[in-house]
Amino acid sequence: MNPHFSISRDTDDIAWLQVDKADSTANVLTTELLEEFDQRLVQIAQMHPKGLVIISGKASGFIAGADVKAFAEVPGVASAEQHIRRVHEILHRLESMAFPTVAAIHGFCLGGGLELALACDYRVGVDDTATRLGFPEVRLGIFPGYGGTVRSTRLLGDLAALQLMLGGRTVSARQARRMGLVDLAVPQRQLRAAAAGMIRRNTRPRRASWVRRLPSLAMLRPLVCRVLASQVEKRVNRAHYPAPFELLEHWRATAGDASAMYASEARNVARLINATAAQNLIRVFLLQDRLKAEGNKADFQPRQVHVIGGGVMGGDIAAWCALRGLRVTLQDRAPEYLSRAVQRAHQLFRHKLKDPYAVQAAIDRLMPDHRGSGVRNADVVVEAIYEDIDAKQALYAQIEPQMKEDALLASNTSSIPLAQLGSKLARPGRLVGLHFFNPVAKMPLLEVVHDTHTEAAMVSRAAAFARHIDKLPLKVRSSPGFLVNRVLMPYLLEAVELLDEGIPATAIDRAAVAFGMPMGPIELADTVGLDICLSVADKMAGALHNPVPDQLRTLVDQGHLGRKSSQGFYAWKDGKAVKPAPAGEPPAQDPDISDRLILRLINESVACLREGVVGDEDLLDAGVIFGTGFAPFRGGPMHYVHSRGSAEVRQRLDELEDRFGQHFHADPGWGAIA
Amino acid sequence: MTQRVHEQNIGRLHGRRVCVVDGARTPFLKVRGRPSPFRASDLALAAGRALLNRVGLAPDSVDQVVLGCVSSGPDEANIARVVALRLGCGEQVPAWTVQRNCASGMQALESAALDIAGGRSHLVLAGGTEAMSHHPVMLNELMTAWLGTWNQAATIGARGRALLQLRPAHFRLVVALLRGLTDPVVGLSMGQTAEELAERFRITRADMDAYALRSHQRLGQAVDQDGLEEIEPLYDGDGNVYAYDDGLRPDSSIEALGRLRPVFDRPVGRVTAGNSAQVSDGAAMLLLASEEAVERLDLPVLGRIVDSQWAGLDPAQMGLGPVHAMAPIMQRHGFDSDDIDVWEINEAFAAQVLACTSAWTSTDYCRDSLQRDQAFAPIRDDRLNIDGGGISLGHPVGASGARITLHALKAMRREGWRRGIASLCIGGGQGGALLLERDLTGDLA
Repeated sequence: MNPHFSISRDTDDIAWLQVDKADSTANVLTTELLEEFDQRLVQIAQMHPKGLVIISGKASGFIAGADVKAFAEVPGVASAEQHIRRVHEILHRLESMAFPTVAAIHGFCLGGGLELALACDYRVGVDDTATRLGFPEVRLGIFPGYGGTVRSTRLLGDLAALQLMLGGRTVSARQARRMGLVDLAVPQRQLRAAAAGMIRRNTRPRRASWVRRLPSLAMLRPLVCRVLASQVEKRVNRAHYPAPFELLEHWRATAGDASAMYASEARNVARLINATAAQNLIRVFLLQDRLKAEGNKADFQPRQVHVIGGGVMGGDIAAWCALRGLRVTLQDRAPEYLSRAVQRAHQLFRHKLKDPYAVQAAIDRLMPDHRGSGVRNADVVVEAIYEDIDAKQALYAQIEPQMKEDALLASNTSSIPLAQLGSKLARPGRLVGLHFFNPVAKMPLLEVVHDTHTEAAMVSRAAAFARHIDKLPLKVRSSPGFLVNRVLMPYLLEAVELLDEGIPATAIDRAAVAFGMPMGPIELADTVGLDICLSVADKMAGALHNPVPDQLRTLVDQGHLGRKSSQGFYAWKDGKAVKPAPAGEPPAQDPDISDRLILRLINESVACLREGVVGDEDLLDAGVIFGTGFAPFRGGPMHYVHSRGSAEVRQRLDELEDRFGQHFHADPGWGAIA
Repeated sequence: MTQRVHEQNIGRLHGRRVCVVDGARTPFLKVRGRPSPFRASDLALAAGRALLNRVGLAPDSVDQVVLGCVSSGPDEANIARVVALRLGCGEQVPAWTVQRNCASGMQALESAALDIAGGRSHLVLAGGTEAMSHHPVMLNELMTAWLGTWNQAATIGARGRALLQLRPAHFRLVVALLRGLTDPVVGLSMGQTAEELAERFRITRADMDAYALRSHQRLGQAVDQDGLEEIEPLYDGDGNVYAYDDGLRPDSSIEALGRLRPVFDRPVGRVTAGNSAQVSDGAAMLLLASEEAVERLDLPVLGRIVDSQWAGLDPAQMGLGPVHAMAPIMQRHGFDSDDIDVWEINEAFAAQVLACTSAWTSTDYCRDSLQRDQAFAPIRDDRLNIDGGGISLGHPVGASGARITLHALKAMRREGWRRGIASLCIGGGQGGALLLERDLTGDLA
């Protein structure tokens, strides 16, 4: 067994414990690593040093958190509780060392990593953009269980600590310094000196003032809980994401009594981690890793990207690539067509980067290029012009001879089959689809579209490129709508059918949101643009079993395109849909609405699996979650089928077919679904 | 004296041939009272990256970057290095900034050319940039001294005493732009030196205005015929594009120009804002290469820099600088005016360009000031500043030397001409000139 730690002792008699998990690029707290940590603490205690500094040997950061992979194999409540109690013991040993202890933090210090740092007397952090501290546990359906709820409230005060844990957000070292989470925020070059300095000074470790501990008074706690719970409810649905509410309840019941709080942590976190929501969220976390592994950055190191088409998609793709560090040229017919894209890019850079030097560098990397000279220098050429096959083919004929021999040619088409697009190329196999989703800066998924003619090297290059720009690549076979639009379209069309039947848009959207979708289908259609929906629906009409609803076509003909024209199914004002407030009491939830929407999406997913659009059920779930925001706590459409029971879902489909028509006809692929 | 004659006879650019691969410039934007969205480094960056993109070269393939700039911003010390790094040339590519007032851009080209001729470099990005709208407005020295006192005042009493010393004179601001355009030795503004020349060569207000009108008309025609392909648009962060030199007034007329009042020798002078160069922001960048680099990287060649000359003269007559710089080049190569196909003489002032052409053909001037037995033949008007100049498109001081060189080469290519001269007058009493050539064989192929 390779050791995960090394100990050294400097001339000032300070012990340095370096965490460097064997065979890994990041430190995560596996059981094995924690046990070795415990032994090392015993060893160091016997050395009687003047102090101890815990520091990471990884470039990626301090400690990224607990071992999420281990949580994925449902551990059982008892064994989970036992594990947590054991970690409590180990961190208690750290906390009770006879000499001062410091966590020297750079990069990621998250979840269990932060809880370990909190068990030290002092923390110093690096003041840079890579250093992030926080408790992401609620995002995985649990809350901090390695003593984090006890030590953070003691250090920061109850309100600040609860808000940090409830939000699941991360903070920089400078912000952490301001709230008291770290004692010093220093440049990387001063991290070691600052840590040693903390030991030399050996001041009393920081604690929250009594004022900040006031909310933990037993008589105030219920009120504080109600206020915080109502804040959380604005963001998440209690039924779907119970963890933050469980955290508040845990705090309300035990705050003020440390030993009760530790015990409650162990009990509740062990229970939560075995519950469906956490298991599904952990599944999503691991699916994300699976998609990341689809692309290998070492396969391809692009330096320059040329994007053709300065519209919203092309402009945003170009801006995103520049934001992620690539040099980008952006082409359109004339400078006037590029000015808006440049403006949007500047806004994106300022919003994402903040640091003015980083913003400047991103601006400098993005070059408007109305002459299209960049084609010759590019490693990746992304075509993002309007959806017209003749125009695209004419463009390819122009650029293909100019491109570098090994450069990747990609189309952002959302609907035209690859084989048709590339038919006139000298080398059709070099063309791949790179289907970005709108808004590019927010949507993590990138569909990498290929067909049987596509050169395998180009597909892996495209997936590697996706990783270089920090997107999740999903390899999909070229067929109408690929995966995401394909499964979304029946869902959206069913929503329009429901409208036709006289059900109010708000009721339809409410049903979808209640299921866990981030936004209802009607609002989504308006947001995407009804013209785009119509064009995709038309292109897919053959594959779908129901005709495109007239209402959609009528609206488009009238120029009501949704959000962008301020009128679609909804009226839009200041970028928000105007939804009439429901009159009287909200109508009872009709289970038919939600099933009609979701089961059409699922039935289409089954069809995609049967046709081999994606490799397997997990990839399908990953694609639909990261491409559409499909209720993450449900673990994906296919996972939902299995949770609910595939036989039951199938039966429900048959029933819906009887009542509403053959577009609910179960796909033949159901035979292969266990 | 002997040494100087010697230098004039052999010139400076002996050694390897110096090729100009291509060049690009920003539109020149007239200063309209407030800082433009682009700092000097932004301008040079825009021109430089567009140029490299056109040529198809990675920024880190250049050996060095040389930039001319009269006054860069407070965050742009050694602006060439700032631009090189922002272009992505990489940490290992050195960069340096040169300053020879209005000829700074030309100085950068010459410095780059010398390094290539001498075999020290093969590929150099060189040019000039100036954001005159960003030239600072400063506190005067009285105020600077007072601030020193204030910062040292430790007690409330001392601070009170310091405050009591403040007088209105402390608050008089120093506008760097205006001070920079005033000769620090003879005390004349640049416009006043033009008035000197106007008087000496009997140039009338009408001559000047006619010349100014011609400048606008020629630029207008060049824009209409897409004759300025070296311009690369600028984009700001607010959705605006700047695609053309915005000082152009195609609707200008003799009447309109005649209505303007003299600005330098008020109220009696002849030099007006209309017949002077515009104060502008802009940058021009060129890629210079050795023949070896051209071959190795398969680069196109726009033309070559063949010879260069600097000259000094009375600061009060600085406008005649081009005559003094061009004459030794003509002498060395045994040329007369008709041997040169195109002339770019920077239009600082209409009076100054006209004074140059007069002096060029004046036997007296050539004998007394250039030690020549006879005058030069006249410079054909249709070969001088053929697409306008500083009066119509602006004169961002650090950039103009690079712009006129680039445009002379582009005009030579367009017209199939062989030889050109780019020259400018330099505040402080100097002149600079470059001799440019194109191989016509390439055009025939």
